[in-house]
Amino acid sequence: MTPIEFAAKYDIEVAVLGNGDTRKINGGYCGDLLSMVMGRAQEDNAFITVMANINTIAVAVLADVSCIILCEGMHFDKPSLLKAREQEVCVLETKETSFSIAVKLGKELGLC
Amino acid sequence: MSALHWTYDVDGSDFTRAGEASSNLKKKLRALGVSPDVIRRVSIALYEGEINMVIHADGGKIDVEMTPDRIEMVLRDTGKGIPDIEQAMQAGWSTAADEVRALGFGAGMGLPNMKKNTDEMKIESTVGVGTTVYMTVRI
Repeated sequence: MTPIEFAAKYDIEVAVLGNGDTRKINGGYCGDLLSMVMGRAQEDNAFITVMANINTIAVAVLADVSCIILCEGMHFDKPSLLKAREQEVCVLETKETSFSIAVKLGKELGLC
Repeated sequence: MSALHWTYDVDGSDFTRAGEASSNLKKKLRALGVSPDVIRRVSIALYEGEINMVIHADGGKIDVEMTPDRIEMVLRDTGKGIPDIEQAMQAGWSTAADEVRALGFGAGMGLPNMKKNTDEMKIESTVGVGTTVYMTVRI
């Protein structure tokens, strides 16, 4: 499932398309401590977080996740969104909690 | 293939720009056809190093050398130095300021992440003089 397909199915806002219509989500990682995310998130994971700053985008690029799902109604500022566009990072935004999104993603991936 | 060299200056005044060197190197390695796993490990280790240089040392300089069998990164700063390297290497140990923690860093994961993602890592540091970190990832 691509990030865009996931967003469409669960009515999640697409803040930046990036390469979200071509990459596949193979799992997820929930975390707000960016160093921990860097160390633990796997390539092609959906990175589920409430940490909305420009470093979040850098971590997504370097850890090579398939998308960022920003939860709890948080929003990235314009410089962050611009960087996400430049780096082709798919950014999704939702009012739901990280837990709720993780459960939905887990169901889609047949993990729960 | 002879060795390739790249040099980056890390701006210590702007935390939001940390990651420019690692992003740039990542693109270069991708263009050279380096395997995704190696690129990922190099990128993560270098980014953590950049973050450390910005948080603790007001920037510094990064030298990267790539040979057919390895990528070597040397991160030099003239910051305040590390009094106890063994302690600094422990997961969870940190001296980062609260504003750094609020941005999702400073959790004491940086040096352990750098070690985990490299095949060799060595730190030389003198308090009041600066720190040099040597990292090697085998290709």
